[in-house]
Order: sequence, then structure tokens, then C-alpha cells
Amino acid sequence: MSPRFFGFIPFRWISAVIQLFKITKTYNQGRPNEFTALKGIDLNVDGDRITVFKGPSGSGKTTLLSIVGCMARPTSGRIKLAGQEITSLPERFLAENRRKTFGFVFQNHNLIKGLTVLENTMIPAYPTGEKHRLIKERAKDILRKFQLDAKALQRVELLSGGEQQRAAIVRALINDPPILIADEPTAHLDTELAREFMEIISELKKEGKTVLIASHDPLVHESPFVDRVVALRDGLIVD
Amino acid sequence: MRRWLEIQRHYLDFTLSSLLRRKRKNGALLAVYTLVIFMVASVLFFTHAIRNEAESILQEAPEMIVQRTVAGRHDLVPLYYAEAIETIQGVRSVKPRLWGYYYHPASRSNYTIMVPDDFPYEDGMIEVGQGVVRTWGTVKDDQLYLRTYDGEVLILTIAGIIATSTELVSSDLILTSEPTFRKLTGIAEGFATDLGVEISNLKECSTIAQKIVTRLPDSRPILKEEILRTYAALFDWRSGYIIVMLAGAVLAFFIFAWDKATGLSAEEKTEIGILKALGWDTSDILLMKFWEGTAISLTAFLLGVIGAYLHVFFASAPLFEHALKGWAVLYPKFNLNPTVNIYTLANLFFLTVLPYTLVTMIPSWKVSVTDPDTVMR
Repeated sequence: MSPRFFGFIPFRWISAVIQLFKITKTYNQGRPNEFTALKGIDLNVDGDRITVFKGPSGSGKTTLLSIVGCMARPTSGRIKLAGQEITSLPERFLAENRRKTFGFVFQNHNLIKGLTVLENTMIPAYPTGEKHRLIKERAKDILRKFQLDAKALQRVELLSGGEQQRAAIVRALINDPPILIADEPTAHLDTELAREFMEIISELKKEGKTVLIASHDPLVHESPFVDRVVALRDGLIVD
Repeated sequence: MRRWLEIQRHYLDFTLSSLLRRKRKNGALLAVYTLVIFMVASVLFFTHAIRNEAESILQEAPEMIVQRTVAGRHDLVPLYYAEAIETIQGVRSVKPRLWGYYYHPASRSNYTIMVPDDFPYEDGMIEVGQGVVRTWGTVKDDQLYLRTYDGEVLILTIAGIIATSTELVSSDLILTSEPTFRKLTGIAEGFATDLGVEISNLKECSTIAQKIVTRLPDSRPILKEEILRTYAALFDWRSGYIIVMLAGAVLAFFIFAWDKATGLSAEEKTEIGILKALGWDTSDILLMKFWEGTAISLTAFLLGVIGAYLHVFFASAPLFEHALKGWAVLYPKFNLNPTVNIYTLANLFFLTVLPYTLVTMIPSWKVSVTDPDTVMR
């Protein structure tokens, strides 16, 4: 696997690919239902590692992943990605980061119903302007790797839970991003499928991916493949 | 450029797959949209074509027609008026014209009866339009039975049928010789219905008209351009009348389209969130929605316009012909020459395709500017 570049700096040459400085996130600011999900988080996330954020519901895991993955902006604090400040980048650049740097696996998979597995997996590559044929070939290759090639033309809602998750992983990998983000990936999986997921993740780590997972499932944070566990509670890192 | 084209292709591809997922909703929208465009385009095509037809026929008409009025009403013109007008400088020629209407009680229709410049048949013979043969009733041995002004029976033999290409005006037309016309109508020798005046320099038309009125104060000159304007007003009025009738349907469509296009369902909102989370930015979402709006509205536009074209020029506009064509009781049946005004078509395009496309983009824009992390929850 060749080193991935962010700007001019190869990812693999940097130990902390993600740096968070005093990150806070407040929702519904100034309203009666104002809620602070993160309260001054300082954190370095190393590259080529599997890092798990664990904690009870409402501890701020998902919010942290959203901010790291450029899906939401912090209320205060700074974020550096591969040494570059991304806190106040315009929306266009954040979208480009989401497309090129991150691959997302959501709790509910968030596959688009009515479309085929193949169409779903190609979606993140559309804005790149790459040739349709090349995207399709790459999607088919990854589907084959995840044993979904036979289901490529099937509508996603007809897949089983495990297959849907694998389809979501294929979609996350279509642009070959250096960082994979998974939010509660095993929430809807049985034990066997959850273990299978962790094996897939460990394979991706071997290929040089940095993996961030938010989960309160012991099968995830106690997995031998995990390099680091960060515990969160009430919007703070507790250990 | 190639990258840009490839991106458009991706979005179009995605849009078409998306549209096919909601077949019922989009199918209903497309059907109603197509119907509205079909109806409006039919009226526009018809009005334009019929006006064109009338204009092309009037090309051969004299530049000016001079009538005589008595007590404000049209009266017969003495032939010496023609001699008086001919002496006016700029007048090339003056031709007395004989024409009138004949009411046939059996068919309860009015027919136009005329004496052409060169009628090639003998007295007692006539040349008639298609509509006359169709509506007259009993036509035996090519003979029509008419009654003269004083109640006598006059049997006229049909010598020919007037060519179909001019059927708009000729459908109810009966052409005959001067003696037969005078016998039928009782118009005395030395009088004509009106005078057709040819003018050398068209810019002098109104000056010559003024001179005619000065010389012959009871005359009433009518310029060809005034006739054309009257035709335009008549057909515009008729098309306006139809459009007003269609306004209800158009309004209903816009309410329907507004509701369907602007009301993003929870599923659609989530999808926009997913796309954003996967790396699409606001402009990508808007571009995709632009293609979605364009795919529906352009398809409806093309289907509606093609349908209207076939309806008007191949099926003679059966839905509107009575409202748009009718002269008095006689409804001429004829095929219009296919002519399309690009300007009108462009107007229709900009009034239908663009607003719909924009209407579909606005709600998506509202959703797509929010942070994509909402889909994480």
C-alpha cells in the first residue's frame, strides 16, 4: 500500500494524524434545549491504528466522530488533520475531506434504498469526476473481496444485516480513503457477525488504514485487534 | 472539461436511478405535467398555424379594399368610384369585386359566394370549397339548388372543387361567374360589392386612403395590414379564451407540482444527509436536484410538445377546433400546415422547464446547507 497524501504530507510519516485541541460542541446554542456534547476534548489519534471511543449513550462518542470526520464543526477548539488546520475550512473543502480522507460506516448503514448494491457503493466517487467505467470496476473488485459480487445488482434493502454492513464498508472504501470511521458498527449485528466485522477491520488496518470506531459493545473495545481505547463520559475523556 | 462532463454523467445516472425508485409519484407528476404542456402547446401551435395560414392567403389580396357606407352601413359601390380612384397618383389598378353571403336553410349554414377575376367556367357553373359539398345536404348530379334574391330557383352545376391547401378560407366558398352572381343576388349592373385597390408604393397606403376619403367622402378604405391585424386579434382572442379555460388546469398542476417538488419527504431529507456525509457538497446536491428537475420537466416538455404537434398538425386539433376554428355555423375541416414559432416554443420552455427545475432545487438547497452529522443520529 502506497503512503496516502494529505496535502503534501504522507499520512504514514505522521504519527498523530488527527489532533484535537480543547474541542467543545454545543447543540441548540442559546435555546432552552441547549446541550453540550463535548466539553474541551484534547486528543491525538495515531495513524495505522484501530482506535475505539467507548462510553455510554450520550457520552459524546458520535459527536466526536462527526467532528473528526468533518461532518460537523466544533463550537470551539481546533482540529488538525495530518498537521493541517481544518477547523475553519469552507464547506467545500470539508466535503472534499469527507470524500478523499474518510470512509464512513454508519450505525444504520445508511444505504440508499431502491438502489442496487453496486450503485450504492459508487456514490462517494461521483463528485470526483473519475470515469464511470473505472469507478464501476473498482466497486466490483471491492465487492468481490467482500464476497458481495453476486449481490451487486440486488437492491440493498433485500440484503441481510451482515451483507448490508459489508456493502456499507465497500462504499466507505470506494475512494480508498486513509481513515475509516465507524459509528456503532456492531449495534445491529449478532456476535458472529460482530466478530467478522472486527476481522475485516483488522485486515484494513494491515492495509494501512487508520480506523476510528465509536462503540459501547465489548466485542469491539475488548477485541484483540484494537490498539487504543478512549473512554468518554459526559463529553469528557475519562481515561 | 472531460471531468466536468463525467461528473454530469454521474449525477444524471444517479438521478435517473433515483427517479425510477419512486415510479408512482414521478409517473403521476410526469403525466400531469405532460398534459398541461400538451394543452398549452396545442393552443399555441394552433393559433400560430391558423394565423400563418390566413396571412399566407391574404398575401395575394389587394393592398386596400374600398367599401362604400350609407348611414354607417356597408353599401354597394358604383363602378364610377373605381374610375375616380384610379386617377389618384400612386394607385396601380382598381378592380371591382363581387362577393356576398348565401344562407342555405337546409344546412343552416352561411356560404361565401364570390366572383373571381378569371372564372374559367360558363354561366351557371360554380367551383366550391370542400365544406360546401360536405354540408350542403342533397347534391344530385353535381347540382346545387339555390334561391335567387326574388325567390326563383337557380340550379348551379359544380364544375370543380377548390384545392385543399387553402381550405381555411375556401371551405365555405362558392365561386361563380359575374352574370350568375348578379342573377342570384340581384346586384345591378354598374355596382360592385367593393373595390380592390393595388398600390405601387406600400408606404403610400395611408396617404392614398386619405385621398380616397377626401374625394369620395362616403367611401371606407380598409388596408390589408388592418385585415391581418383583425385576424391576429380574432385568433389571439380565441386562443386567450382557451388559455383562460385551461388556467384552472394549469393552476391545479402548479399546486400539485409545488407540493410534490417542494415537500421533501423525511426519506429524501435523510438521503441528502447521507450524500453529504459521503462527501457530496451543497453544489453536488443542487446539481443532482437540477438534473432531477430537468429530467422530469424536459421529458414532460418534449412529450407535451410532440403530442401537441401531432394533435394539431396531424389530427386537426379535435380537442379545440370548434372553439378555435369556427366561422359562423360552418366548421371548416382542414389540415394546418405544420409551422412552429420558435419564439413561442422558447417562451413555453422558459415558463415551464425552468420554474419547475428551480422549484425542485430550493427545498433541497435548504436541506443540503445543514451539517451532515444529522444522519449520524
